[in-house]
Amino acid sequence: MAKAFEPQIVTANDLLLGDVIYRTEAGGWTREHREAAVAHTKEAAEALLKAAEADHLTIVGAYLAPTRLGDDGRPEPTHFREIFRTTGPTFRTDLGKQAEGKSLDEEAA
Amino acid sequence: MYRYDEFDHAFVRDRVARFRDQVQRRIDGRLSEEEFRPLRLQNGLYLQLHAYMLRIAIPYGTMSSRQMRQLALIADKWDKGYGHFTTRQNIQFNWPVLKDTPEILDALADVEMHAIQTSGNCIRNVTADHFAGAAADEIEDPRPIAEVIRHWSTGHPEFSFLPRKFKIAITGAEHDRAAIKAHDIGLRLKRDAHGRVGVEVVVGGGLGRSPFVGVVLRDFVPKEELLAYLEAILRVYNLYGRRDNKYKARIKILVHEEGIEEIRKRVEAEFAAMEGPSLTPDPDELERIERYFAPPSFEELPNLSPELDEAKAADAALKAWVETNTHAHKAPGYAIVTVTLKKPGEAPGDATSDQMRALADLAETYGAGELRVSHEQNIVIPHVKKGDLAKLHAALVAHELATPNLGLASDIIACPGLDYCGLATARSIPVAQDIANRFKDHDAARAIGELKIKISGCINACGHHHLGHIGILGLEKAGKENYQITLGGDATENAALGQRIGPGLDYEDVGPAVERIVEAYLAHRASPDESFVDAVRRLGVEPFKTAVYEEKDRDAA
Repeated sequence: MAKAFEPQIVTANDLLLGDVIYRTEAGGWTREHREAAVAHTKEAAEALLKAAEADHLTIVGAYLAPTRLGDDGRPEPTHFREIFRTTGPTFRTDLGKQAEGKSLDEEAA
Repeated sequence: MYRYDEFDHAFVRDRVARFRDQVQRRIDGRLSEEEFRPLRLQNGLYLQLHAYMLRIAIPYGTMSSRQMRQLALIADKWDKGYGHFTTRQNIQFNWPVLKDTPEILDALADVEMHAIQTSGNCIRNVTADHFAGAAADEIEDPRPIAEVIRHWSTGHPEFSFLPRKFKIAITGAEHDRAAIKAHDIGLRLKRDAHGRVGVEVVVGGGLGRSPFVGVVLRDFVPKEELLAYLEAILRVYNLYGRRDNKYKARIKILVHEEGIEEIRKRVEAEFAAMEGPSLTPDPDELERIERYFAPPSFEELPNLSPELDEAKAADAALKAWVETNTHAHKAPGYAIVTVTLKKPGEAPGDATSDQMRALADLAETYGAGELRVSHEQNIVIPHVKKGDLAKLHAALVAHELATPNLGLASDIIACPGLDYCGLATARSIPVAQDIANRFKDHDAARAIGELKIKISGCINACGHHHLGHIGILGLEKAGKENYQITLGGDATENAALGQRIGPGLDYEDVGPAVERIVEAYLAHRASPDESFVDAVRRLGVEPFKTAVYEEKDRDAA
């Protein structure tokens, strides 16, 4: 039997800040992994990535990353690299997202 | 120290102005990332895991107090209050935002610094012995040659798009502190039978996924012919180096595939066909450069300092620090001080802006206003009167910069790893912190003696793991961080690549494994005088392998 498709999200870095960002359902970007749009099929993942890459003037290096759905139905990172990208340096909790926890919208507000 | 002339100033300012325009064009959408990426890399700007990273060149690891203060200012104004000194004698800032980077480069240009040659397939920032100009065992200060190479290589039109990056290191001493045999070209100053100073040229060294120790290409090149000879090597590499495979594009692969005899034949043919004199540096310009590296005027002092001896007798911490962190200076009554950026529990090579300012001030008060960055991620104050060591030490203590661990188990090289780096496959810094904490007892660490632990978070080997007495390489295996351990590497004139001891270990097993390796060394060494690396050479890796794997299984049972 073919291996079941592992859900994926699209992630990139923000052009201006370099910050880790995720593609949302609404076609925007968020700094929160849990707010990312989840693709459940290969076709949906390809379409999500293609749409994200159209934003190349404001983002850098979009790619698909594996995810899983948590108990609340929101996506959670599975690979350790992606887990670290949601926090910041693991030995310095005073730096990176773990020190802020604000989304782009909150910051702009 | 070298001072920019009018041309240097104009060149660096022009680069900043062009980069400012390039950044603006990227921001307003006139440049795509594909177009912008090579331009930002040529100015030291990388995009890493969490943010941009700016890598700034510290040519041959030498800087002034004024320059160090400017780095502190950059850390505070545009970054997060600290910087990371690297194994290439550079400094990296981990959190700049894109629009600020031209401002940062302008602030660097104000103090004759830049980020040119810190990335891309060009001749990179030349590294040198961090004790250059101060070491007792030195034939001659290698930095004027390093500066001449910088003049020649910066923006060299023929060598701006090499098959791959190209790293040159130089030492003026017999004892190699610059790891020259692990570079594309390694240069060692030496004297010939007539007492003339020339250069031994080593080629084809390098680490990464295919590590090689460099081999001697030419035993002696007269100093005035060196640039022509280097140009001949680079030309051969540029013509014959592989461009079909990024992983086989370094000169080490060309030397390995073609053989040193063949490369020598081609280089010598190229060299013979050259119009040598056009590449012979203008003697006036050479003299101008050499003048800048004239040593400070040393006072005539007795070599021993009763003042220091008295202070040491009264202060055990000072005594320990003087014994581990100072080296013999060429001038009597002086010492070379190394300030390790390796306080157990801290990230190797990191310094806060306050620490940078303290180092700048102390170098000015006690050390002729000069500092060095070592490839082992420490800071050197090269010219300190022995009579001032106690005062300097007290001031360093106040800034948490007086850890007496140079060359000991907690003086670990570690690349940024997966806490910062986009290429990394595993973390390095927390592994280093764990190991350093296990060896933080000074007396126990002294009893172990010299032990160089080097950690890389991926196969690219920025942490020089192949050259570690204990080398640690972080990889990914089955969705987890996994670490391979090598033993017996050596970065000095006895350069050797470490030998892998067995299957990789999980993240949390690395620290305990290193402890077991050290315990095995203490149990098996012939005498306390036999260093760790000598014991590995004599015994091979077997006893250590047993200690790591069999004892691990036994403990787990």
